[in-house]
Amino acid sequence: MRELSLHIMDIVQNSISADADLIQIIIHEDVEKDILEICIIDNGKGMPEDLLKTVSDPFTTTRTTRKVGLGISLFKAAAEQCNGHFSIESAVGKGTVVKASFQHSHIDRAPLGNIGETILNIVTGNPDVNFVYIHHVDNRQFEFDTRKIKDILQGVLINNAEVILWLKDYLNENIMSLYGGVS
Amino acid sequence: MKSLAELEEIRKKALDSVNLRKEREEGIRVVVGMATCGIAAGARPVLNAFVEEVAKRKLNNVTVTQTGCIGVCRLEPIVEVYVPGQEKVTYVKMTPEKAVQVVNEHIVNGKTCIQYTIGAADK
Repeated sequence: MRELSLHIMDIVQNSISADADLIQIIIHEDVEKDILEICIIDNGKGMPEDLLKTVSDPFTTTRTTRKVGLGISLFKAAAEQCNGHFSIESAVGKGTVVKASFQHSHIDRAPLGNIGETILNIVTGNPDVNFVYIHHVDNRQFEFDTRKIKDILQGVLINNAEVILWLKDYLNENIMSLYGGVS
Repeated sequence: MKSLAELEEIRKKALDSVNLRKEREEGIRVVVGMATCGIAAGARPVLNAFVEEVAKRKLNNVTVTQTGCIGVCRLEPIVEVYVPGQEKVTYVKMTPEKAVQVVNEHIVNGKTCIQYTIGAADK
């Protein structure tokens, strides 16, 4: 994958397949400590221990059409090639936590990429699921919670055309200011 | 900067126009394959182009949704268009530019973009 935000999108699809209705995406960037951490937490149905043991293996998949599943193994490889770590914790009935860390300055670390587009697409593509997106860059922070947005929107869907266009700008402006950009 | 107050305004406007709208069920459906294969091949900008173009043109009868692996990974990004009463059309090797074209020609004007379909790709 060319961008870490594409991995996030991919892992979130797993959470959605696991019937999660609350998915948290937490990104921590600290240039001084030279670390980038991505954490995806869901309240889906979780995995039993035997599946959890083999889930990072490319030859493990829940799909029935073929025998390979690359999402988690690609994410793991991306972290490990950048002096990072990868872990999955899961409990049946409780949910799953996927964590990946990267050396921020590592030459092989893919850029985070268009995280705004990732968040916009998963939020508007899954109107019945709630998302929390928290992004720290050094001492700046942006927190986005679809439950708050839906509270304001009462009666209007989050994938309404006008709302989508607003969300796009709202996300992008806030993400830009995390990196010190002015808009 | 966009503010939450603007969102409140959008809500009021949307509620005013909601009654004029046709039932969503009889609308056109655009389905983008968003499994690992699709995402790696560039499905996210394609999905985004569909969502934005449909929103900009205020095509209220069109829903853009995501699905898993459609099964022909070598032809990703794949997009399926379902128009009620017509056969499904499968577009392959999509790009954001082609997506905008499909919205304009197929969804708005009802003319399939034959050159991007799976049938054309396999020839």
